[in-house]
Amino acid sequence: MASINGTGPDHRPALSRRERREEKKRLSYYTASQWQLVWWRFRRHKAAMAGAVVLLAIAISGIFAEFFAPYTPTERDTSYVQGAPQIPMFWDQNGFSFQPFIHGTRTERDPRTLRQVSVPDPDTRIYIRFFVRGEAYDWMGLVRSDLHLFGAAEGQVHLFGTDDLGRDVFSRTLYASRTSLSIGFLGVMVAFFMALMIGGIAGYSGGAVDYGIQRVTEVIRVIPIIPLYMGLAAAFPSDWTNTQVYFAMSMVFGLVGWPTLARRIRGHLLTQRNEDYVLAARLAGAKPRRIISKHLLPSFTSYIIVDLVISFPYMILSETALSFIGLGLRPPTVSWGVMLQDAQNIRTIEQMPWLFLPAAFVVIAVLAFTVLGDGLRDAADPYSVSKGRG
Amino acid sequence: MLILAVRRLIGVIVTLFLVSIMVFAIMELPPGDYAERYAFRKFSGTGVQVSESDIQSIRIDFGLDRPVYERYLDWIGGIVFEFDFGQAFAYETSVNNVIGDRVFLTLALLFVTLILTYLLAIPIAIYAAVRRHSIADYSLTVVSYLGLALPNFMLALILLYVGVTVFDLDIGGLFSEEYEDAPWSLGKVLDLLAHLVIPALVLAWSATALQLQTVRSTMLDELNKLSVTAARARGLSEWRLLLKYPARLAINPVVSTIGFDVNRIFSELPIVALVLGLPELGQLLVQSYLDLDMYVAGAILLMLTFFIVLMNFVSDLLLAVLDPRVRAREG
Repeated sequence: MASINGTGPDHRPALSRRERREEKKRLSYYTASQWQLVWWRFRRHKAAMAGAVVLLAIAISGIFAEFFAPYTPTERDTSYVQGAPQIPMFWDQNGFSFQPFIHGTRTERDPRTLRQVSVPDPDTRIYIRFFVRGEAYDWMGLVRSDLHLFGAAEGQVHLFGTDDLGRDVFSRTLYASRTSLSIGFLGVMVAFFMALMIGGIAGYSGGAVDYGIQRVTEVIRVIPIIPLYMGLAAAFPSDWTNTQVYFAMSMVFGLVGWPTLARRIRGHLLTQRNEDYVLAARLAGAKPRRIISKHLLPSFTSYIIVDLVISFPYMILSETALSFIGLGLRPPTVSWGVMLQDAQNIRTIEQMPWLFLPAAFVVIAVLAFTVLGDGLRDAADPYSVSKGRG
Repeated sequence: MLILAVRRLIGVIVTLFLVSIMVFAIMELPPGDYAERYAFRKFSGTGVQVSESDIQSIRIDFGLDRPVYERYLDWIGGIVFEFDFGQAFAYETSVNNVIGDRVFLTLALLFVTLILTYLLAIPIAIYAAVRRHSIADYSLTVVSYLGLALPNFMLALILLYVGVTVFDLDIGGLFSEEYEDAPWSLGKVLDLLAHLVIPALVLAWSATALQLQTVRSTMLDELNKLSVTAARARGLSEWRLLLKYPARLAINPVVSTIGFDVNRIFSELPIVALVLGLPELGQLLVQSYLDLDMYVAGAILLMLTFFIVLMNFVSDLLLAVLDPRVRAREG
């Protein structure tokens, strides 16, 4: 052992197997790269790991929505309009089945309103099948298929119920995840780019440039953010296509969302550039370009990543809020906000509470991002080393 | 102290000037101009053919043919010197008339919300910090996470749903039916206050969650300070030392972020107002954006930002009053 690390005296008592393993762990700790350390510390953070897994699940189900969703977002089931969620079960009064099933429906007249309504019929069973062939789709223009993860043997199955046009809320929610997460992602990327440029210039040059940039940043920060987004979104011409609105919205989020990030980057730069190691590099003859790319940037990449993760949920919430009031994305685009628009008035929520289910996705996604951000922040903080090793 | 106040006041004026330019830019942003929308609005459906020259004459009437900076000076001059926010074309009256007493409703809502936030956040957070690792502390952490994840408007929808299904109660609106159009009286004010509680709770939701975390973490830092140990050694009662040292300092970050809280509340106001049917500025803002009634929107945006800047200023002064260190640093 001693010959490996070259430190301890040679006459140490022989180490037990457990001690040797710990010694090895300790050694690998000292030789590990920064990212490895971050990963080890992050792995210990149970809540953050759970958040990461949840986010990954939402993202994957969104990206491959065509496969995971049994139906397309616009497909209508006219026999089950405004239908309640159907929960797959394994047994009912007629016995047990290994294959999950739902009850079929029959149409009846509501005794009071005389309206045609679908009611569950406990005597019929519709089995849920996995890897069924359904409606054909074209995934990102790359893969053509008609394979879906699950579907009903006959008729349709609606895990989250249907809306007032008979569209499957579950399928729509999955497609909506894709829109909402990707718009947030684009927004964060644009904001990140702006922040890096503006914060970088302000932090590196300092002085009058810094002062001017600080003033502008302050103005954007002082205007309430959602009214500001709304003002910019209101300016979109009404003849724009949904794709144009989609990209314009992520641009707006990016163009307004940069100040917080820029301030942090500027702060990091201002504190780091007076550190001794920067001075040492400068004395050794390094050019500014090399100092920034080799010394300064790596010193706070981890912080920037944390900031990006933390700013993500604000983008998602803003998209939801904007689309919710009708100033953001418009149908037939589906996003969480657009779906919640259907649940805007109290009468609808009273009749069809399941239209509110996309809200659960918003809350879970934001919650996951927040714990993930917290975990990453703890993991990326070099001063938590002694705590993290314990 | 006076020097600090004057210096901050100059900062406020500079910020407000830049804000007004920004707001004016947003007003100018939508395609087409005021004259086109006015003509479209006024003559659509009447069968009157509107020609380009008609629009041009409207433009000249309103002075819209002048260059941008002149119109900006005109607009901001009217606001600063005559308190005139311009014309609201959708309502065919002045912006001042449209806004009316909504300003006071908004401010009433804001202050009730702020008071509620601090009354809830500060004592609960101090308690949680003192009783660290207790059930109360953990449930507080959960609540503050939820406060960030559950947007206020969703909370409003949930409360509406619960109100209707469980209590058979409509919790929206700001007035009971009998006071809706009644002139102001003591009864109406009390009615308003009763109706303000739910919206204020909804609006206070995320601000409270954030302040809970801030106060708690400051308290935890302060509780470990030597001043606390020294006070305890001198035999001060637990309550007195708590209030004298850590609690006093834990309030500082709250005071310094009053402006942020106002910002956050105003940011969420429009959507909450829409859901709960509150006749105040936020709801009017959404409506005017949808109508592209940009003079109304601009006026409201300017007012909201003005209050935020003002509250920032107030919080700076308050902090200087509360914390001698700030006074010493900034003269």
